[in-house]
Amino acid sequence: MTDQAVEREVGRARLRKEDARLITGQTNWTDNITVTGLLHLAVLRSPMAHARIEHIDVSPALERPGVVAAFSGRDLAGGLGSLPCAWPVTEDMVLPDHPPVAVDEVRHAGDPVAVVVARDRYAAADALEAVEVDYEPLPPVLDLEEALADDSPLVHADKGTNRAYVWPLRTGEDFEAVKQRADIVLHRRYRQQRLIPNAMEPRAVVVTPLAASGEFTVYSATQIPHILRIMLSVVTGVPEHKLRVIAPDVGGGFGSKLQVYGEEAIAVEVARRLGRPVKWTESRSEGYLATHHGRGMIQDIEIAATREGRLLGLKVDLIADMGAYLMLVTPGIPILGAFMYPGIYKMDSYEFNCTGVFTTRTPTDAYRGAGRPEATYAIERAMDELAAEVGLDPVEVRRRNWIRHEEFPYASIAGLTYDSGNYEAATEKALALFGYDDLRAEQQQRNERGDGVRLGIGVSTYTEMCGLAPSRVLRDLRYSAGGWEAASIRMLPTGKVEVVTGTSPHGQGHVTCWSQIAADVLGVPFEDVEVLHGDTLAAPQGMDTYGSRSLVVGGSAVHRAAEKVVDKARKVAAHLLEASEDDLEFKGGVFSVKGSPEARRTIQEVAFETFTSHDVPDGMEPTLNSEYLLDPENFSYPHGTHLCAVEVDTETGQTRIRSYVCVDDVGRVINPVIVEGQVHGGLAQGIAQALYEEAVYDAEGNLVSGTMADYLVPSAADLPDFVTDRTETPAVSNPLGAKGVGEAGTIASTPAVVNAIVDALRPLGVHDVRMPCTPERVWEAVRSAQARSARKEASA
Amino acid sequence: MTHISVTVDGTAYEDEVEPRLLLVHYLRDRLGLTGTPIGCDTSNCGACTVELDGASVKSCTVLAVQADGGEVTTVQGLARDGEWTELQRAFHERHALQCGYCTPGMIMAARDLLRENPHPGSDEVRKALEGNLCRCTGYQNIVRAVLAVAEGETAAGERTGSAQEVTA
Ligand code: FES
Ligand code: FES
Repeated sequence: MTDQAVEREVGRARLRKEDARLITGQTNWTDNITVTGLLHLAVLRSPMAHARIEHIDVSPALERPGVVAAFSGRDLAGGLGSLPCAWPVTEDMVLPDHPPVAVDEVRHAGDPVAVVVARDRYAAADALEAVEVDYEPLPPVLDLEEALADDSPLVHADKGTNRAYVWPLRTGEDFEAVKQRADIVLHRRYRQQRLIPNAMEPRAVVVTPLAASGEFTVYSATQIPHILRIMLSVVTGVPEHKLRVIAPDVGGGFGSKLQVYGEEAIAVEVARRLGRPVKWTESRSEGYLATHHGRGMIQDIEIAATREGRLLGLKVDLIADMGAYLMLVTPGIPILGAFMYPGIYKMDSYEFNCTGVFTTRTPTDAYRGAGRPEATYAIERAMDELAAEVGLDPVEVRRRNWIRHEEFPYASIAGLTYDSGNYEAATEKALALFGYDDLRAEQQQRNERGDGVRLGIGVSTYTEMCGLAPSRVLRDLRYSAGGWEAASIRMLPTGKVEVVTGTSPHGQGHVTCWSQIAADVLGVPFEDVEVLHGDTLAAPQGMDTYGSRSLVVGGSAVHRAAEKVVDKARKVAAHLLEASEDDLEFKGGVFSVKGSPEARRTIQEVAFETFTSHDVPDGMEPTLNSEYLLDPENFSYPHGTHLCAVEVDTETGQTRIRSYVCVDDVGRVINPVIVEGQVHGGLAQGIAQALYEEAVYDAEGNLVSGTMADYLVPSAADLPDFVTDRTETPAVSNPLGAKGVGEAGTIASTPAVVNAIVDALRPLGVHDVRMPCTPERVWEAVRSAQARSARKEASA
Repeated sequence: MTHISVTVDGTAYEDEVEPRLLLVHYLRDRLGLTGTPIGCDTSNCGACTVELDGASVKSCTVLAVQADGGEVTTVQGLARDGEWTELQRAFHERHALQCGYCTPGMIMAARDLLRENPHPGSDEVRKALEGNLCRCTGYQNIVRAVLAVAEGETAAGERTGSAQEVTA
């Protein structure tokens, strides 16, 4: 036996174990899966935003070559229940029926009306054309405020209202009273445009039935195999223990695969009826209509402050677009934001009001940050407006209001306890890396010269909440699931290790990070650890991957499970070495007796001993396995400071990002390479919301940006190089000290970019530009500011 | 049905195909070469990029019949005797992939670039990859990976922390 490596894995820039297959094309995407007798399913979708189905006949499709079956919504209604919503945010929330295939009425362009099953995908797609449908158009519901008017057409006539719910939160002093003593009250309206998630892998599902036992295996490009299994059981009536859900390689999710989609239930039902395996794969344009969207909100924000720039109170009135139906967590997304509007700031009063509204558009749901980017955007834009109002540097205004390092743990006005943070350190580091003072000096010179291309500097400081848990807090939020996560560790007789995790990665590198965590605690080589996930047979328990919860909750569970293994191994080692447990040292995977280092057992030797179980302490269970279900005591709160410099051409409206610097504090880092990559990806999305992306509907409710050719997903040529750095203030609420990183970049970057653009144009009289800040919108903003000042001069 | 003969990743195939069958579906569904994924239906994403007779093409815009008599290389045909190409290594070492869905297309497009321009600058790499979308990486590490190959900087093994990764 040689001495085992004692170098720590956690914190090390390990290259990913995941890559080998992905780089060589040995992949296992859901659409790759094929089985004997496989049939292909295609979905006919409504071309209209809102219509009554007067008549539908699927039988002509059956005449088409290769077609095996065709079903209308009514045909399927017997076997399928309503698609689930697991977050009834209020007791009186309006919850409409949501059939996987529409029966009488379609409520958004893309709502399914029929399905066709054929021997190959081309035949299935062709046969859709043969289905006959007569629609009686109904008025679309598109404007969020008009939808709330008494005389508005209704998305769900039987509900008598387009108001899904009203959710209020009021804490601290009365906002009106605070306003009375404020020097300054600012009111701003911001819009969060709808975004289309665009995970690069389209959704796909394959269902294979086992008629004899009534079992089904469901492969799905999903983030949530465990939740999907429960929900599919509810929707289809197949008992849960007869469903096995597998998320094979999943090509990105970003929240859009945190869903229980109609197609998953339809595929189970069709496979059940036909007794044959079925596959459905979404085309990109189909996905634009049928995969949930993100954002979609109007934010009215009011802040009360003193002349010195001290915040006194904050009031947020939110109207959130639910789209046509409430999907898995649709209503809860804006509520997550409710806790984040106060951001990193102290104040005396906070008032929040959210109205969820039905429209005849694709449903919205979780997307990259889910509620928190929206909240951060509003408060960070408003802080800049306050700075302008009181004539202070935007960074200075933030300094005057933020929670200081020595004040942690801090009870935020929204009712959260921020466990740890150091906003000063992150900000100082970011300012230095960015060269803030030099850029401000250059900006001033250029403004004085009256440069046509203006320099703008944008700052955004943020915190967010990751690792949705503990479960009892989720109860208080009326979220119908726990926030725990499961991990188990199996030390195999040969000394290799299997880690089973309830998280379900889709690009985040869990296999590598979880290996690092387990290797450290167990003292085994990184290479000797394998991680199993994403299959309800291999990993029967879990709450899956979303909201940057995986490392914080799931990684911590792995850590605890590994500690349990070591605890048991210590007992066995003590027995074998005839020593007391207290006399044993455990280092680098070796148990040795203090003072006599030659008396030693490696953990692998112990694993073998427990496998044979020939000589273990009396009453001890054989093998070296453990399981840990971890329900953390708090959320975790990453934070950071992002700085962006833009050059805005006042003639063309073109914005160019000149430099982007961010310093994020995501607590203790397990793998710096992966952290950096996650931040980059998030930045790309946040910048894209600021500058490029928007789901656009026309007056009839058609999705105009309905393909990748019309919806601007930024390419490498559209984005700058980022400078990313970190501070590390460990979380105190989990054993790893980790805070979560997946959403940081997205949350902070959108306001940083828009603040920079407005900062560039403020001397021209511009106070806001609506997102995405396209050249046209920027140009328009400059023009109307010029016209305003010309009018002012004329009347003076 | 039309007869085609085509060599894919070094193996010769004779097949009857529908004239409308896309090359990407031929590769995936007929040959079972699923290393090349599909990301869109408008030829915008580049996920399906392969080489046809030495030039990179989006295999969702080429019909299988157009590949008749041709030679196709997919990401699955790159490694030789288990040895990755320099680009594959660079993608791994620079963490230029997360979910990996865009990766085959990115690698194939980057090969094309480096053939045309063995020493591109960062802007040239960004321009050349414009037709390949990635939703995970923000592109920065992809650009780094391609530049590393151009500058002959890849080495097997663990990447050392860069200046950007200092810990407070
Ligand atoms: S699948 Fe070919 S370009 Fe998108
Ligand atoms: S790595 Fe996921 S799309 Fe590029």
